[in-house]
Amino acid sequence: MEHAADLGWWGVPLALLAGAIRSSTPFLFVSLGECLTEKSGRINLGLEGTLVMGAMTAYAISFVTGSPWLGVIGAAGVGLIMGAVHGFICGLPRVNHIAVGIALMILGVGLAFFLGKPLIQPSAAQLPGISLGAWSDSRAVQAALNVNALFVIGVILAFVMAWVFRSTRIGLAIRTVGDSRDAARAVGLDVKRIRLLTTAAGGALAGIGGSFLSLYYPGSWNEGLSSGQGLMAVALVIFARWDPIKCLYASLLFGGAGALGPALQSVGVSTGYYLFNAAPYLLTLMVMVASSSRDRALAGAPGDLSINASS
Amino acid sequence: MTSLHPGLRAAAESVLLIVMTFVVTGVLFALFVAAAGAPPSGVFYDIYLGAFGSWFSWQNTLTRAAPFMLAALCTALPARLGLLVIGNEGALVIGGVAAAAAGIVLNGVAPLAVQIGMFAAAGIAGGLWIAGALALRHYRGVNETISTLLLNYLAIALLLWLVGGPLHDPASLNKPSTPSIGSANMLGDIPGMSVHWGLVYGVVACALLFGLFRYTTFGFAARIIGGNVRAAQLNGLAVARITLTVGFLAGAAAGVAGMVEVAAVHGRANESLVAGYGYVGILVAFLARQNLAMIVPVAILLGGIEASGGLLQRHFELPDATTTVLQGTLFILLLAGESLRGRIFPIRVVERS
Repeated sequence: MEHAADLGWWGVPLALLAGAIRSSTPFLFVSLGECLTEKSGRINLGLEGTLVMGAMTAYAISFVTGSPWLGVIGAAGVGLIMGAVHGFICGLPRVNHIAVGIALMILGVGLAFFLGKPLIQPSAAQLPGISLGAWSDSRAVQAALNVNALFVIGVILAFVMAWVFRSTRIGLAIRTVGDSRDAARAVGLDVKRIRLLTTAAGGALAGIGGSFLSLYYPGSWNEGLSSGQGLMAVALVIFARWDPIKCLYASLLFGGAGALGPALQSVGVSTGYYLFNAAPYLLTLMVMVASSSRDRALAGAPGDLSINASS
Repeated sequence: MTSLHPGLRAAAESVLLIVMTFVVTGVLFALFVAAAGAPPSGVFYDIYLGAFGSWFSWQNTLTRAAPFMLAALCTALPARLGLLVIGNEGALVIGGVAAAAAGIVLNGVAPLAVQIGMFAAAGIAGGLWIAGALALRHYRGVNETISTLLLNYLAIALLLWLVGGPLHDPASLNKPSTPSIGSANMLGDIPGMSVHWGLVYGVVACALLFGLFRYTTFGFAARIIGGNVRAAQLNGLAVARITLTVGFLAGAAAGVAGMVEVAAVHGRANESLVAGYGYVGILVAFLARQNLAMIVPVAILLGGIEASGGLLQRHFELPDATTTVLQGTLFILLLAGESLRGRIFPIRVVERS
């Protein structure tokens, strides 16, 4: 935050707000995707690969066609395919879900770096920002409130997803499949198919999260683009207790924590900020310790989720 | 086939599954490189040349395989207890930092003493790191897969904080690092080859731990816990002690991998420790089917694939990531192939009337 420096210490909360809004979008999409997948009882640890593939695809399509929105759609499509691959393989008997996720992460990152090699130099058309800070004279405030349309879509999606889970037939079916395979079968739900669809849709959302990275912020394609947002999705969803609206708050918190370091640096605090960056993981671990028990499933988790001690 | 002995049948099936996995991976990878404009036969020949084609490439391969062996143990040992630990990267990083810190503190003592100190510090730090996660699992029911994933991030954050703050070497400007452990204290090469001692650490660790789990009552008890925790508890086995010990050994192995990286490769701890060896270690453990004796050859195979990356780049202008694509494809097909187990030579039930 170059503008935050003129405001002195007041720049810190402003930079945090700006950072939270700007960096939270990829977190928001991957966590909503992971939340959808986990609600149906599957865990996808491969969203990191999906995210990076989404970033690369979006950048490539935007570069070739000149339309960043086509890039976003392409990223969603690639994410959908990768999610479907995960969902399909995990539907086979005796396959370890966690390991499949790690394998897809390795493959996705590898493919993205391979195919994205020629994209490091050229610059692609970027997604436009929406200026919500025009009322203010301060450039710092304007910069902080320059939000991206994807952020707005993500916020709306969080509420829609919460409503779907709470009040619709589809949501009930997903929750039933996630809580108990047997109960779902007893009422005639196709467990495998629903899990395949939620994993594929979750992958599509992660792909969109990736497109934000390459088409808005940081806004270029290189191999260090993702700082592990995809892997963090699993932590975020646990932190958010499998609730899409809490995923939104958790994403803002994780995004803000990432912005704390540079913000403190701009006012002269230069050591120790890596520890602030890590705070969300420590918090998630503490939440897990507090809510786990030897005798029952993780509080708030879908009953059939494979991370529960009982299954 | 029904006349085949069941044990033999299972073994034949394992071999067939591995062969099928490699064949299908090979076909898919050939199509992939062909689509990228490189001749598949040339690419395969180069992978062979770069990995095992000459003494030079063998040495390169073995050097790369060493950390994979140690990192793989971090997943394979807890797998004996039926636990899935993916904190290899974190334990490796913590071990590397601890080794560098010990090397700096002990600077000036005899090199062998410094090396022993670095080894012990790395083993203890990595060991406590993973034992802590398994303690949370045992006493609080905290899922060990997720907790060790989170611990990876905490380890990397600790590394970045330490090399930028308390252990910072003011001379390291572009890449914050700890001070050097001193060239006299570095692990040298095994006599007669340009492969560092890390390879010996890896092979010896796999052999010793294989013996421990195969031939001792400790290993037997661990197997029972892996089979059924409740049964183990009812039989009065010290489940807590065994779980924590296995966690400690697993973390210590990955920690020593970090020490090898510091003491044999970089000479100091910095961000280079975060090289994804931990994740390759998970792949090695699964490819070896969590069998401690199989880790050594599998690690060498993957070391070979990585070693051939440079040759592919020079000859066919294929990016570094080519070998990652190959690894990922192999890993996915291997896992998917597990679903065929028991179906290739199904046991036929003959009905008697």
